[in-house]
Amino acid sequence: MATTLRPAAPAVPRRTRGRRGGRSPYPGWFYLPAAVVYGVLFLVPTVASFYFALTRWTIFTSEFIGVDNFVQFFQEPALTKGFVNTFVYAAITSGAKVVLGLALGMLLTSQILGRGYLRAVVFFPVLVSTVGVGITFQVLMNPSKGAINAALGVIGIHGPGWLVDPSLALLSVALVDVWKGVGLATLIYMAGIVSIPKEYYEAARVDGAGSWTLFRNVIFPLSWPATSTVVTLSLIGGLRSFDLIWSMTRGGPGFTSDVIASVIYKQYQAGFYGLSTAGNVILFVAVIAIVLPLTRFLARKEVEL
Amino acid sequence: MALRPTRTWTLKGLAVLVLAPFALAACSAGSLGSSDASGSAGGTTITWLTGTDEAAQASAKAVVDAFQKANPDVTVKLDARPAGADGDNLVKTRLQTGTMPDVFDYNSGSLFQQIAPAKNLTPLTGKPLEKAVQESFTPQVTSGKDVYGVPYGTAFGGGVMYNRAVFAKLGLQVPKTWAEFMAASEKIKAAGIAPVIQTYQDTWTSQLFVLGDFHNIAAANPQWAEQYTGNKAKYATDPNAIKGFQHLQDVHDAGYENSDFASIKLEDGMRELAAGTGAMYPILSANVSTLQSVAPDKLGDIGFFALPGDDAATNGLTAWYPNALYVPATTKGDKLAAAEKLLAFVASPAGCDALTSAAAPTGPYLIDGCDLPADVPQVTKDVQAYFDSGAQSPALEFLSPVKGPNLEQITVEIGSGIRSAADGAGLYDEDVKKQAQQLGLSGW
Repeated sequence: MATTLRPAAPAVPRRTRGRRGGRSPYPGWFYLPAAVVYGVLFLVPTVASFYFALTRWTIFTSEFIGVDNFVQFFQEPALTKGFVNTFVYAAITSGAKVVLGLALGMLLTSQILGRGYLRAVVFFPVLVSTVGVGITFQVLMNPSKGAINAALGVIGIHGPGWLVDPSLALLSVALVDVWKGVGLATLIYMAGIVSIPKEYYEAARVDGAGSWTLFRNVIFPLSWPATSTVVTLSLIGGLRSFDLIWSMTRGGPGFTSDVIASVIYKQYQAGFYGLSTAGNVILFVAVIAIVLPLTRFLARKEVEL
Repeated sequence: MALRPTRTWTLKGLAVLVLAPFALAACSAGSLGSSDASGSAGGTTITWLTGTDEAAQASAKAVVDAFQKANPDVTVKLDARPAGADGDNLVKTRLQTGTMPDVFDYNSGSLFQQIAPAKNLTPLTGKPLEKAVQESFTPQVTSGKDVYGVPYGTAFGGGVMYNRAVFAKLGLQVPKTWAEFMAASEKIKAAGIAPVIQTYQDTWTSQLFVLGDFHNIAAANPQWAEQYTGNKAKYATDPNAIKGFQHLQDVHDAGYENSDFASIKLEDGMRELAAGTGAMYPILSANVSTLQSVAPDKLGDIGFFALPGDDAATNGLTAWYPNALYVPATTKGDKLAAAEKLLAFVASPAGCDALTSAAAPTGPYLIDGCDLPADVPQVTKDVQAYFDSGAQSPALEFLSPVKGPNLEQITVEIGSGIRSAADGAGLYDEDVKKQAQQLGLSGW
């Protein structure tokens, strides 16, 4: 009972022969479950929110009022202050993460002692819960009883009210955000720097380049994909930031550290669901309006490896 | 076909044996929130949603223990929700989705109006359990023609807790006008004590100067609340109404606040008051429970007086009504009967006694037959005195559903010197517009 194999016939399934270009719909079936989940949990609520933003919504009833919510959002001083704060916050955190991330990335890809340990130390804040970090730093930053001001007092500096001084509150939260997020930026930069082929370094060294020229002409341009990734991600994150600000200051003192997200949350807390949905739509449009041109600009400047 | 060597078989078998129990454990659904299984011995079990803080849970537990002794066929389980705006949202969402436990307690007055009582709650009009509830309270839990709740807890006042020992040492009397208040503060400051304690980490405490002043506004213009609801009176333009905001600014400008006002919380404020490093603390008298927990031995040193206006003759207390117990419309059958038994217990002297055993009363119970015992804290005695002499009137939130959500931030800004009183009052008037429109009030 010798089992002979049939000669291999061209095993083209019948159904693809009818399709233009011969593309099989088979992969589409793999995509379908994810598409359903994405559609139901993201697309449908987003579209629904565009409608509810135009209503006065009490969660029990909704009444169509046109663009009144948007007008109100832009008129109220408390709400407009949130806008300014958001852009300031996003710019500061994004800029600091890029600069520090690049510096740390350079440091942690060079031959230094304890490199593995330092990488772990730099990255671990990213893994910790944001709310936990917020509450911890709120305690540390207490002007009279906190550890930070106590440490500063030991060396003779009278520490300011980090979270209670109206001019410092947003800055303090931004600093904590940078501390928390720089690990991720460093990681991305490390990946970018390490992927630069060794030939560039050798060629530059042969041409007599010092370390600053090496950095400016080889490392920085060739790690541009990493830079654009870090800028985009941290800018989006900064514009949408909520949990750290909420757990540290709740937008206080007064309205001085409010950002769009915390303003939206406060409207939601007060039961103005239509108004807070309008705020969400505004945030959505603002993030897209900033990030889309920015990514295109950054992509254009990318250097071909 | 020779049998495979036993080694792989036993390894696989061992793996199956070890993992099977885990699979079985995953099969049980566990408890899904508030269970509604019938209690043991054929009785009914109901769930009561109350505050998550220690004081709220302790009070509820005391009531439940006493209730279950008197009604052995009913078991009451306690569920918790946060206080403040988070709790408001939770209550509204659970009512909307029909997942509210069988009984819950919540504010009365304007917050009660906001949870759509006609749609979400079971009316209790005419039932025997409502008989003992005093007339003054009933409008606070009435919507349309129906009554929906019974009072849970004591009424309390919004005014100033003060350290009687400090006042005695400096020879000061309780101020009956604002001028006297500022003069007293000046003397206290000269003695090296912080005259006015503020605790802006708990932002809601910053509102007392404004909200506790309402008695004085109403004394000057009894129709003010009605005009306010109809958008005819405003804080910024009414010379009487803006005084609350102005007083807050004056206190800050004169440097009468404690140095750490921006970074401390309610408990720290109570500690400073009890220790005598701060002399006066504008707060709700209900927070005597916080005082009791942080400085129980100093209870006798702390008294209470109403925020003074300009006229000593109309000096009186701005009073807050207690929360109420409500029954959602989704509670039916046996559970409804059990819930009504619980409400009837709370609205009776036995219920008042149970609450008194858990926490010192902060004012009068608004239930017939519930008298205060003689050993209540001095704060409560002072509050009771205002009720007894009739020198009290309801806070604005019980006369008008209009209250903006941003008041506490605005008052923090005024008290911190970030914004002027006139500016803040105007801002608040803008803020309440949102609330009024949300409620669909006419004239806005």
